[in-house]
Amino acid sequence: MAEPILEVKDLVKHYPLTQGILFKKQVGAVKAVDGISFDLMKGETLGIVGESGCGKSTLAKVLMNLERATSGQVLFKGEDISKLTGQALKAVRRNIQMVFQDPYTSLNPRMTVGDIIGEPFEIHPEVAPKGDRRKAVQDLLDVVGLNPEYINRYPHQFSGGQRQRIGIARGLALKPEIIICDEPVSALDVSVQAQVINLLDQLQGEFGLSYMFIAHDLSIVRHISDRVGVMYLGKMVEIGSDEEIYDNATHPYTQALLSAVPVPDPTARETRDRIILTGDIPSPANPPSGCRFRTRCWKAEERCSTEVPLLAVPELLKGPAAHQSACHFAEVRETAAV
Amino acid sequence: MTTAVDTTKPAREAPYEGPLLDVRDLHVEFVTRDGVARAVNGVNYSVRAGETLAVLGESGSGKSVTAQAIMGILDMPPARIPRGEIRFRGQDMLRMGREERRRIRGRKIAMIFQDALSSLNPVLSVGFQLGEMFRAHHGTSRKEAKDKAIELMERVRIPAAKQRVNDYPHQFSGGMRQRIMIAMALALEPDLIIADEPTTALDVTVQAQVMDLLAELQAEYHMGLILITHDLGVVADVADKIAVMYAGRIVETAPVYELYARPAHPYTRGLLDSIPRLDQKGQELYAIKGLPPNLLRIPKGCAFNPRCPRAQDVCRVEVPELFPVTEDDGTALAGRGSACFFWKETLHDR
Ligand SMILES: Nc1ncnc2c1ncn2[C@@H]1O[C@H](COP(=O)(O)OP(=O)(O)OP(=O)(O)O)[C@@H](O)[C@H]1O
Ligand SMILES: Nc1ncnc2c1ncn2[C@@H]1O[C@H](COP(=O)(O)OP(=O)(O)OP(=O)(O)O)[C@@H](O)[C@H]1O
Ligand code: SF4
Ligand SMILES: [Mg+2]
Ligand SMILES: [Mg+2]
Repeated sequence: MAEPILEVKDLVKHYPLTQGILFKKQVGAVKAVDGISFDLMKGETLGIVGESGCGKSTLAKVLMNLERATSGQVLFKGEDISKLTGQALKAVRRNIQMVFQDPYTSLNPRMTVGDIIGEPFEIHPEVAPKGDRRKAVQDLLDVVGLNPEYINRYPHQFSGGQRQRIGIARGLALKPEIIICDEPVSALDVSVQAQVINLLDQLQGEFGLSYMFIAHDLSIVRHISDRVGVMYLGKMVEIGSDEEIYDNATHPYTQALLSAVPVPDPTARETRDRIILTGDIPSPANPPSGCRFRTRCWKAEERCSTEVPLLAVPELLKGPAAHQSACHFAEVRETAAV
Repeated sequence: MTTAVDTTKPAREAPYEGPLLDVRDLHVEFVTRDGVARAVNGVNYSVRAGETLAVLGESGSGKSVTAQAIMGILDMPPARIPRGEIRFRGQDMLRMGREERRRIRGRKIAMIFQDALSSLNPVLSVGFQLGEMFRAHHGTSRKEAKDKAIELMERVRIPAAKQRVNDYPHQFSGGMRQRIMIAMALALEPDLIIADEPTTALDVTVQAQVMDLLAELQAEYHMGLILITHDLGVVADVADKIAVMYAGRIVETAPVYELYARPAHPYTRGLLDSIPRLDQKGQELYAIKGLPPNLLRIPKGCAFNPRCPRAQDVCRVEVPELFPVTEDDGTALAGRGSACFFWKETLHDR
């Protein structure tokens, strides 16, 4: 069993909602991340899925320490990094890097590719001493499959897929142990997505990286992930191995999500058994009591509105159904596989 | 602005036997500072009443520009249409009088855009905008228009439509706004709907709601539907037939089942092969090499040739026409075409 490189414990991020201009008074909070716990193992890829606004990017930003956690802990190799500041924070930051969704806006248009990829070295000169930087950047370009001679070009001279490679090269610069990818391929053309996924896969093998991979394309997440976590309205509702989630989901939300994904095979039309959810996602400023999914759940009963279901392995379930799921009525759905 | 006002709803015309819409050899160019961008280079497709045509292709392949040309909403200049026909019920709209064309485009063909928030007017209530369709086209009274708006909102399953009819677009969720766009498109009971990426901005569970609704209403009104998308999953779910676009051309056409089972163009083949499959876990994904072409410099010959695993010398010189695709013994395959010199080899390559 691999050891955890990152342990997340009861992590909370609330954004205060204020009223008044002079005397700002807090009138509530957007509960973007509201008590999330999980481990990221060394060398593994943990996929994170969930619909827009459920808190995936907020989770990533808090793990990166780009946003301060409201409460909870983030242990990197056993040390709590969520409260670090100054030099100590700078030192851990090196180990956790991020690749962003939008290759069009996440790169500074006025900087050359060399400056963009080499920028992290300014903050951490110990990784690549001044004289070696050009060479270090060219090596990185080569690693991500770009021509090292492009070092003096500007972002607008590259395609979306190439820009995403630049973002990945920058993420690799400080030789991190963990890379958090927030929707790294969603802005790319279908024919280019596979190229970037293959690159991430290859780099993981080469450098022994651990990935947290946030995406909404469930088939890509399945392809790349060892384990998958499903989020809904600031909570992790289910987490497990690829087969546990995709073939043996026990949370109604995961089941609905999986059943709604269009399958690229027209012969599946007849055999598909879709769950069409009604209603809209509630606001994270005012989430439903008890189970947050209950307002859209077809299984909901009285108990769901009063008692918050904990993320735990349900006692009665056996085999691949026995994985963490936050539902009072967790059960594998009996239908034709799609 | 309408001049002639008819108060009665026009009787629905008898079903048209031929294709409702038939686009032939359409070309659209944009004059830009850097040269002429040939965005659409010979598009051919057609759709009948009750039929769903999916137009599939990656970003910049000309899907939306083709739709805009059909709707007559291209800015000309910079756009120009040097060649082609857009026939509606057999009549070329590019050669019609303004008034006649306007009647068709407003009433018989409706469009749904990707981004509902920017196509609805933010300062007018949703009910007013829906009602306006009836007032402008049928001269319906204010009161009656509002009732119609409520009815339509109920039709697209907006909960508590009566209470919400005076709400503004931003007060609705993304999925609801997209349903309101559908209501707007349906208002005049058009013969044909063009939906340009209607669910791309939505979450999968909401996307499923919206697509379901669209399919149901299409069947009920027996409308033609052109669905523009780059999602191979959505296409497999709802299309009857498919037109695949690449660099402004249709490179393959086929009925949906046949396209997925036996593609006849290497680009389509590559797209289907790059979908992650279960038995490929832990392996490298198939990836089409290279990048989509720059429209200012479309490669000579077949535009796909620099990325194509099958390309031969002829592909670098000659532009392949959309060849009819047949079985080995020459048996015709209805609705199938491929713009590849090696369609036969591609079809048999398993
Ligand atoms: N700085 C902020 N201030 C207030 N609210 C915020 C802030 N950042 C995010 N939120 C809110 O927190 C919630 C979670 O947002 P987040 O960006 O984490 O979602 P997400 O899961 O990444 O969604 P998407 O799939 O759309 O990227 C949303 O309701 C969002 O509006
Ligand atoms: N006004 C314009 N001036 C110059 N070029 C334009 C203009 N409008 C569109 N184009 C170009 O025409 C080409 C086709 O664009 P179109 O919007 O049809 O692509 P699409 O297939 O709909 O792509 P997407 O999937 O990104 O929506 C693009 O390369 C685009 O840059
Ligand atoms: S015509 Fe040639 S280059 Fe084009 S798709 Fe066919 S084989 Fe490939
Ligand atoms: Mg996000
Ligand atoms: Mg478009």
